[in-house]
Parts: sequence; C-alpha cells; structure tokens
Amino acid sequence: MALKMVKGSIDRMFDKNLQDLVRGIRNHKEDEAKYISQCIDEIKQELKQDNIAVKANAVCKLTYLQMLGYDISWAAFNIIEVMSASKFTFKRIGYLAASQCFHEGTDVIMLTTNQIRKDLSSPNQYDTGVALTGLSCFVTPDLARDLANDIMTLMSHTKPYIRKKAVLIMYKVFLKYPESLRPAFPRLKEKLEDPDPGVQSAAVNVICELARRNPKNYLSLAPLFFKLMTSSTNNWVLIKIIKLFGALTPLEPRLGKKLIEPLTNLIHSTSAMSLLYECVNTVIAVLISLSSGMPNHSASIQLCVQKLRILIEDSDQNLKYLGLLAMSKILKTHPKSVQSHKDLILQCLDDKDESIRLRALDLLYGMVSKKNLMEIVKKLMIHVDKAEGTTYRDELLTKIIDICSQSNYQYITNFEWYISILVELTRLEGTRHGHLIAAQMLDVAIRVKAIRKFAVSQMAMLLDNAHLIASNTQRNGICEVLYAAAWICGEFSEHLEEANQTLEAMLRPKVTTLPGHIQAVYVQNMVKLYASILQQKEQSGEKEAAQEITQLMIDRLPQFVQSADLEVQERASCILQLIKYIQKLQIKEVPVAEEVIALFAGELNPVAPKAQKKVPVPEGLDLDAWINEPPSDSESEDEKPKTIFHDEDQRHSRHRQPEIDEEELARRREARKQEQANNPFYIKSSPSPQKRYQDTPGVEHIPVVQIDLSVPLKVPGNSLASSFFLEVKLEEERRHKQKLEKDKKKKKQKKEKRGKHHRHNSLHTESEEDIAPAHHVDIITEEMPENALPSDEDDKDPNDPYKALDIDLDKPLADSEKLPVQRHRNVETLKSPDSEAPLVEKKSKKPKKKEKKHKEKERDKGKKKEKEKKKSSKHKKKKHKKEKEEKSKDKKKSKKKSHHSEEETTESVQNGTLDDEPLPPMSSYRLLAENPYIKMTYDIQGNLQNDSQVTVSVIFENKSTSFLKSMELNVLDSLNTKMLRPEGSSVHDGIPVPFQLPPGISNEAQFVFTLQSIVMAQKLKGTLSFIVKNDEGSTHEKLDFKLHFSCASYLITTPCYSDAFAKLLESGDLHMSSIKVDGISISFQHLLAKICFHHHFSVVERVDSCASMYSRSIQGHHVCLLVKKGENSVSIDGKCNDSTLLSNLLDEMKETLSKC
Amino acid sequence: MLLLFPGEVAEQEAKLLFAQGRGELPGEEREDSAPTLSLPQTSLARCSNVTPGLEIHFILLFSRQGKLRLQKWYTTLPDKEKKKIIREIVQIILSRNQKTCSFVDWKDLKLVYKRYASLYFCCAIEDQDNELLTLEVVHRYVELLDRYFGNVCELDIIFNFEKAYFILDEFIIGGEVQETSKRSAVKAIEDSDMLQETVEEYMNKPAF
Repeated sequence: MALKMVKGSIDRMFDKNLQDLVRGIRNHKEDEAKYISQCIDEIKQELKQDNIAVKANAVCKLTYLQMLGYDISWAAFNIIEVMSASKFTFKRIGYLAASQCFHEGTDVIMLTTNQIRKDLSSPNQYDTGVALTGLSCFVTPDLARDLANDIMTLMSHTKPYIRKKAVLIMYKVFLKYPESLRPAFPRLKEKLEDPDPGVQSAAVNVICELARRNPKNYLSLAPLFFKLMTSSTNNWVLIKIIKLFGALTPLEPRLGKKLIEPLTNLIHSTSAMSLLYECVNTVIAVLISLSSGMPNHSASIQLCVQKLRILIEDSDQNLKYLGLLAMSKILKTHPKSVQSHKDLILQCLDDKDESIRLRALDLLYGMVSKKNLMEIVKKLMIHVDKAEGTTYRDELLTKIIDICSQSNYQYITNFEWYISILVELTRLEGTRHGHLIAAQMLDVAIRVKAIRKFAVSQMAMLLDNAHLIASNTQRNGICEVLYAAAWICGEFSEHLEEANQTLEAMLRPKVTTLPGHIQAVYVQNMVKLYASILQQKEQSGEKEAAQEITQLMIDRLPQFVQSADLEVQERASCILQLIKYIQKLQIKEVPVAEEVIALFAGELNPVAPKAQKKVPVPEGLDLDAWINEPPSDSESEDEKPKTIFHDEDQRHSRHRQPEIDEEELARRREARKQEQANNPFYIKSSPSPQKRYQDTPGVEHIPVVQIDLSVPLKVPGNSLASSFFLEVKLEEERRHKQKLEKDKKKKKQKKEKRGKHHRHNSLHTESEEDIAPAHHVDIITEEMPENALPSDEDDKDPNDPYKALDIDLDKPLADSEKLPVQRHRNVETLKSPDSEAPLVEKKSKKPKKKEKKHKEKERDKGKKKEKEKKKSSKHKKKKHKKEKEEKSKDKKKSKKKSHHSEEETTESVQNGTLDDEPLPPMSSYRLLAENPYIKMTYDIQGNLQNDSQVTVSVIFENKSTSFLKSMELNVLDSLNTKMLRPEGSSVHDGIPVPFQLPPGISNEAQFVFTLQSIVMAQKLKGTLSFIVKNDEGSTHEKLDFKLHFSCASYLITTPCYSDAFAKLLESGDLHMSSIKVDGISISFQHLLAKICFHHHFSVVERVDSCASMYSRSIQGHHVCLLVKKGENSVSIDGKCNDSTLLSNLLDEMKETLSKC
Repeated sequence: MLLLFPGEVAEQEAKLLFAQGRGELPGEEREDSAPTLSLPQTSLARCSNVTPGLEIHFILLFSRQGKLRLQKWYTTLPDKEKKKIIREIVQIILSRNQKTCSFVDWKDLKLVYKRYASLYFCCAIEDQDNELLTLEVVHRYVELLDRYFGNVCELDIIFNFEKAYFILDEFIIGGEVQETSKRSAVKAIEDSDMLQETVEEYMNKPAF
C-alpha cells in the first residue's frame, strides 16, 4: 500500500494538471482534436490509478473537456468516486463534474443517493453546500424523493448559508417530486419570516416561482405578501413580490384594486429602472384584469404610458426596447392611450437598432384605425424605400400586410387603395415574401366582389409588365405575384377590358422562364381567358377574330408543351389538344363558346384552412387502416426507375416529345380533371404556392434569358397609390367637417346627460362607424363545412412539468402526508419503527380532495356563465385525473432503475430508450407469495456500500376490498443469511411494514439482510402477518413465503472498459466454466438485454453475435462472460474468482435463457 | 493569479485581453461607469445582502471569436441539444451589431447578453422575467469574478475555469440568485478555498 502511494505520487509528477491541459490545447491549435484524444487516453490511464488525487485531477480535466464539447459520460462512475472522496478539494471537483454532466438519464446517479445524504449531514457547511449545489443541477425524481426529507431538515439548519441554499433547492425538489410540496410548505412559509434577510428572500423567490405556475393555490398568502411589499425597502425582494402579485391578480380582481395605489407610489418614487419596469408591467397586468366593468383607471394608465415614454426617449437602447415592449402590452387593452404617442413610435422606426425598429412595428399593428391606416401605411412605404438590408424590409412588408389585413380587413375603407399598395410592393427587389403579396391579392379579389374589376385591371397591368418582375427575381420569389395575377385575370376574365392584350402577354415566350408552378397557372388561366374571349367574339359574330385567337393559342402553346416542368407540360399538351379540337369545330362553323366556357362554370368560394379538420370522421371509417397493402420493399425499388425516367425527361424533353404512355397520360389527365372539378379545396391551395415551389424540380433547368436592364424598373400604374393619398386627405377633411357638425348637434342633445369621458368615448366610436367602407368584404361565417365540430385548439401542453405542482396548499396537512424517511436500509439510519406513526397511504385522502375541488368548480360555473371558463375548468378536471394517475405511478416507482414495475418497463421500452429494436417488457420483480388479500412481489439488490448486505424490496399489493394494517414481516434466519432487525429485538421478532394498505393500493417496503458467503443461492422461509379490517370487523391473517436469494442478486452492475477487461482475463487467477443452451429464438440484442437486466451484467464489448460482459459481486468477485450466439443456441463462457459462484450463476442464467 | 508565458501572450487572444481587458474594462469602478451600462446600479447595489429571484435557464460565456468559456445549464437537456443551442446562440449574438440592445427573443425564451471586454455573458430567461434584473445579475457575476481574481480577464476564466464555476455556484443556484452580497459570496469561496489550499500545496509539492 505504501509503495502504491509513493508510486502514485511519482506518476503524478508526469501528469498534466488542468493548467497544463489548457496550455497544451492552446499550443496545439492546428491538431486540437488529435491532442485532446491523446489527453483523454492519458486521463483514462490516470483514472485507473488508486490515488484519489490523481483521479480528481483527471476528472477536473475532463470537466474542462466537457465544456469544450467532448462527451465524458463514460467517466460517470469515476466522477462518483471523486464525489465520495473525503477531502473537500476532491469532493468539490467531483460535484462540479457531476453537476456539469449528469442528467436524468445517467444511470449511475442512483448510486449517489447515500453519498449525497452523507454530505448533506456533514458537519462542514461547505460539504453540505457543495452537495446542495450539485444536487440542484442533477436532481432526479428518485433523488428528490429520497432526499426531500433531508433537505427539508436543512431548511432549519443553524447556518443561514445552508438554510438559504436548502430553501432554493427545495424548489427543484418540488418540481421533481410534487408530493413533497404539501409536507414541506409550512416550513417554507416559516422561512418568509426568517431572521436572515437572505433566507427570507430565498423563500420569497421559491414561493413566487411556485405561485407563478399555479397562482390559485397561493391566493391565501396575498395578505402576507402585501405586508412584505409595503414594509420592504429591498428592491430585489420587491421585484419578486410584485411579479407574484402580477400572477395573482387575474384570479382575484379585488387584490388588483388594492395594489394600484402602492404600485403607482413606487412608480413615482423609485429610481431603479428594473423596479420601475416591473411595477409598470404589473400595473398593466392588473389593469388588464380589471378592464372589464371596473371604474376608470386612466390616471394609472396615463402614468405608465408617461413613464414608458421616458424609457423610450432614453438614449439607452435597452430601455428604449423594453419601453416599446411594455407599451405593446398596454396597447392591447388601452389602445387610445398609446395612440397618442404615435409620433414617438414612428420616430423609433428610424432607430439604428433593428430590434427596436421591429418592436416599433409591432406597436404600429395595434395603433391603426380606419382613420389613420392610410397615413401609417404611407409612412411605412417610405421606410420600405429607405430600408437597407432585406430582412428588415421583408419585415416591413409583412407588417404592412399584417396591419392591413388584420381582423378581416377591418380597417380598410378603400380596397382600391389596398390593391395599389400591393402592386406597389411588388416593386421590392429581393424580397422573400412574394407569396404573401400574392396571397393577399387572391384573398382580396375573391372576397371583395366589388373590387374585382379594379383588381383585374391592375393584375392585367402586372402581367403586361411581367418581364420587369421576372427579370430580376429568378431567385427571390417576387414572381409569385404573377401567379396571383394570372389566376385573377383568368378567373375573373369577364371584367377584363383588353382581354386579347392580356392573353397575348401571357403567351409571351419569356413566360417560360418563370418557375414551373407559375407557368402551370398561366397555362390553366389562359384557357379561361381564351374561353371568355371566344364567347365574346362569338356573341358579336366576329368569327374571324375568334379563329384568329384560336390560331394564336395553337401557335404559342407548344412552347409550354416543351416545358421541363411536368405539370406545365401536361396541362399544356392537354389544352393544346383541346384547342385543336375547337379549331376543327370552328372551321365547321359550329358555335363552341358555350361549351368551352362551361369548363369553368361556377363560383369558387373561400374555404377556411381548418375546414377539413373540423369535418367529423364518419362512423365506421378508420383513417389509420391501410387502403391497400402497406408498401413492401419491392415497391421502393420500383420507384427508382421512375426517378431515372423523370430525370431523363427533364433533360431531353426540350428536344423531343415526351414518350409517356399515351393511355397512362390520358388516364391521369382524366383523373386530375375529375379531381379538380370535384375538389373545393383546389383553389384554396393555390394561395400558398410555396409548397409546390419546393416540389418543382430544378429551377436551374429553366434557361435564364438575360433581359435588357435599361428598362426602368418601375411598374406603371404604381403612382396610383400616391394619388389615393391625396384622395384620402380630401375625404378626411370632408369627414372632419361632418364630425364637427355632428359634435355640435350631440353636445346640444346630451349636455345634461353624460360626463366628459363617456361622451368622448361614444363620440369616438361613432366617428369610427361613420367611415363606411367603400367595399364589402365577404366573410362567410367561419367558412366551415356544415357539420364542423367546435373544438378547443389551444390545449395546454400535457407535459408541462409545473402542472404536477398544482396542489392545494391551504388544506391542513394530514398526518399521513410525510416525506419518505429512509428507514431500514442501512444500520446507521435504522430507527425503532415503533416510534414512528405508520405511514398511511396518501392516496386514501385523494378522493375527498378531488370532490372538494369539484364542488368549487361547480360553484364557479354557476357564477360565470362564460363559455371559456367552463372549458378551462373542464380542462382542469382532466388535469387532476392525470395528476392522480401520475402519482400512483410514482408510488410504484422504486429506488433503482432495474426496479421498474412491469408497466413502467413497457413504457420505457416504448420510449425507445434501449435500442431501436423494441424489447419485451421485463420486470425484475418476482412473485413472493399471494393470497386473496395480498400479493407480494420482490426484488433483491446488492448494497454497494456494504459488502455483506443486500436490500430486498417488497411490493405489497392489497387485492381485497378491506383495509390491511399492522403488517409484519418475519423470516427464519439461516446461519449465513440474517434479516437486519432493530437493535434490541430478538431473532423471532418480525419487522413492521411501515405503512398501511387501503383497498387496491400497493406500496413498497425495503428490508436489509446481512450475509456471509455469497457464492451460493439461498432460500429463506418467512411469514407476513397482517390485520384485515373491513365493515364486519377485523381478522388476523398470515401468509407464508420463501425468499429466494439468487446468486445474481449479489451482483452489482458495474461498467468495465475493454482494456481493463482484457487485463482481468489475462491475469489468470480466474476460474473458468461454460454452458450451452439450445433452442434460443430471441434476437441477440434481447438476449443481452435479458442478461443485463436479470443478472446485473453490463456489456463490455459487442462484435456481431458475440459479446463480452462484466459484473462484480458485492464482495468484489469479478465475473466475466463471453456470450456467443449460434444459429439456435447460445454458449456462455464464464470466468470468475470463485468457481462455485460462477457455476451457480451460469445455472441461473441457463434457467433464464431456457425460458426464452 | 496566473503567470503567463511569453508564447501565450503572443497569442491573439491574450493580446486582446492585455490591450482591452486588463487595463481598462473589468475593474469594478470602471464597469459602473461604462457608458453602455446606464442602469442605475447603485439603487440595487445599496440593498445587497439579499436574494433576488429569477429563473435563468442557462448561462453561457463565450469569446468574441465564438469560443465557449463557460456553460451552466439549469434545465436538463441532452448533450446534442445543448451543443446545437450553443452554436445557434453564439452565432445569433456575435452577428448582432454592437450598438443594438441586449435582448433577443429566442424560441420561447429571451436571451439577455452583455459584452465585457472580449467576453460575452449570455443568460436565457423566461418570457415574464425582468431583463433589467438579469443584466444586473450578469454584472454582479462579473463583479464577483473581478473581486476574486483581482482585475479579471478572459485568461483568468480560461485557466481557472473551475473557480469561475465555483463562484457562479455560490452566486446562482438552480437558476435562482442566492447571494448578491459581493462580500459574503467571495468570502464563501475563499473559505472553501482555505479548505482546499492546504491539500493543494501538498499535492503540488512533488510536481514542482
């Protein structure tokens, strides 16, 4: 040993410390990865040494590497070793490493429980502190449950340093183990009045965080906090409390009224910006919750807006930003008070900071009214012109569209103006939002019938100038507007004045340079145009003109037939044939126009995007069922030639007619036509052409024609927009005059009746109404199918971790609700079981609580008949149910990973935690004994800390309808194996099970056994005695059982690295034995999983169907396995320090495997 | 304090710190008067010995070159996810103009960052949290580092990264600020260092 120490310190001379590592990495800039992998190898060597100092140094270096992004999870076990070092230096490093790299999935974390408990109760406050800090980072539900009581005790520690930390950690514990909240809450509340201000504000912190998630449970604390708020002069605490009140007021409007005054006082007096900001935010929140039917708080709002104005005018960008942010909150409820600061906000649009400009834009959205919309948009248009940088300009563009289109174009009084704005926006170079403009054009043209004539004329102009748009925008998507333009001109062609000219424009050769999906729309819509021209000509008897136009089509269409885009090509060749046929008829002088126009008969109605979703699925229709057999592998092979064909198609189609099977083509054409005719959604899909755009193969295949750029990049007709502004001004003046007249009238009428404010308001709204929109917007109610189901879209996230903390805290704490105290596991924590009240299942209390809540909710419903309220309460009920389920699950959950009860294992497998292959559900719990009253299952785990102890976890499940109590478990000790009993009790005394079982409930208890030799499996006889209590009285019952200690239960899953494994095998002091099992059908993966799970082994290495595995017994025997899978058999070679142990282990394994 | 070898000084990074960091910025008093930080620190600093609260999701320290210097996560995420987030955030923040404000909306969180000499300090907080308070927290952490190291620079944090973590742990626990008094936080660190130094001396003997 001494030699080892010396050797260790000599070795260390050559070790790198952290500084050397950092320096080394800095000096190896070129081959950093190589250098680090070399360092990791060194670290691996260092970790193998016994010297804890060397290990700590290695772990410290690993932590640094972890920060650089290297995976160090393989060293988890070494980290635990360093954590459990007795010296603070090392412990600190160990905990740091753990807090950086452990997470809930780290399986070795379960080994730390006892170590952390020891550190928590250390006399050295820094040991405790470091453990608490570490715990805050990697606490798991299991750790939280096991340590909740210890941490709760620390909340009353003598040193404020510890109390403070413990209080803060408690919050993490609550999150992971919600059951601890009720038992711990009284003490937490006490800490609000702790003499140490640090502890006090820690408690405020935790309660505020809790209350923010589930405010209703903390309403009763409001008076206490109110007192704290008015008495505290401490800004940090004040901010927290104010935030808490912000969360509480929506639930209790009376509180809001009370708050306004102290808050406004604070706003007036404080000089701390963060506090001011918090107060303003809370006042806004309070006023929002008060806004319905409460007395006017315009004074407070004015104050807030005033203060925010000061923030916005500040030179500090941060304050400016936050001021605008808060302003937008006020805007939602009190738009009037913000609107008066329009100047300031428009000014912010010129700010050099983009994020501030964006915030200002957000505000503008809410500031528009019918009156000022045009003016604001005009300003924005100027900014669009000035803006450099496409992102901001794009943002402006979307904002303009948002502002105009909000709530179904509520503020637009003149749609001609809007169309002109949209057309003007098409001038933007390099914008990504062409599709947005296009969607707006389509939407307006469809919904506002009166505007169609104007829209069509503007769109025709766009089409005429398509070359301007298409030329500079091959990539940037503004040409999307041509999509809309073509569709509108086609669909509403009856409004076109110069249809011929437009058709001509659409047939220009340059059109073929547009993206495929746009060409497709062109092709489709030129037929519509053609049809209407045809009809017109036929009606006026100009046969020649009609034939001319047909000829034009026949001349020009072939350029589309040659298109590389399949869609375009198909449509074009189909239409070409159709028109050729028409030509034939025309030559025979048959009138065809009626029939051609019939192709496009009928009005298209807008359909809401959600419409399809809302149609209920007819009964008996299973949407998940396969219509045809699921695609097999062979089909995917079939697809390959298709894509080859497709590629070829693209390459050669320019030179020759496509060789697609005519029949197939005709069939498909037929089908598509049918679909288009029947599908009401067909048009709706067009406003979002983006998707299709992605689908179209290769824009690069379309030859780019260079266009002479000397042509000015201005679309004629755009100047219209500015002329509208003039018009608007005139109209505004007119309106103003009208209003003044009306005002006079009203004043006369209502002088006596109304107060100043009211009059002002009513006048304002009326003046809004005065502006009659020039056009009517068609918004068919929701545009839903007839039998659409109303559904609540915004369901809350069911996985919300805070939901579990929705616990009623005002109910007095029942005796039964105690944090689990560790008992009967280790000798030092063993307490006399009699001294403690039996832990009654908390579950029994549950139903009552739920009932109470339910009643409350019923009352609620009665009071407020708002639909939404009902919905949310319904939702809450659901939440409760879920919570209950979760809790019952939690209870079943046990200490260690392998302890999972049956269903949980299934769950984790479903989650795919193990491998891609699904594993059958496994449970290590075996049946112990069963009778009509009770069922016992058990699992045995070795104790890492003590080489002669194992822990037996027994799950007791009450199968009867009676109450089971006074359960006592006793076993007949053997020479080798003894149950650990409390001091002073004899071998014949049983050990009481620390809980009672209500009907249908199960719970787990743990018993510790000591043993001497572990090489052989053991069986112990035992008895469980219990009292069955029901309505008829109580009876005493007994259940005998046999506890089977298999050799595997003495093994502890221990990770091992392949080099260490190899050394172990080479050492030669291991005995060898082997078995072979035939008739194995399960996969190798499952087989290994089984061995790992049931026999506590870990896989060292796996190559194909051969794997080496390792495990260690609690007494330090190494067990190495080589598992080979043949066709139908498995052979296992084992090596172990003890031959008896090995043969017993192999026998057990044989038994497990033969069951497979 | 760490002695620097000439070779390292030559490194771009170190130079940058010498030119910018050492002399000018990180000093506590200077920090207060830094023109960009116009928050009224004093009003909060007055009542120091207490604990404010906020839920910080994670803290990142990275250099102007985008090199990560410290990461602390208060929410558990898989490593892969963390790396992705770090890359994303570093990129977002480094691409921002110096004169822009310190807040960025990012997913459903808010990033609050501040640059000190060559180092960026970045916190992710929740939507309802107070950005200004977070800036104070960042600033307080810098002050703590400065008090502990004495005129802290990026190199101090690189070479004593574990100390930087210890100080952070003493200041923030589980995303909540636990100690704002500079004196008691530094004292806690120094006291626990006392426990350590004796052992470290022993440790270092054979090595030098």
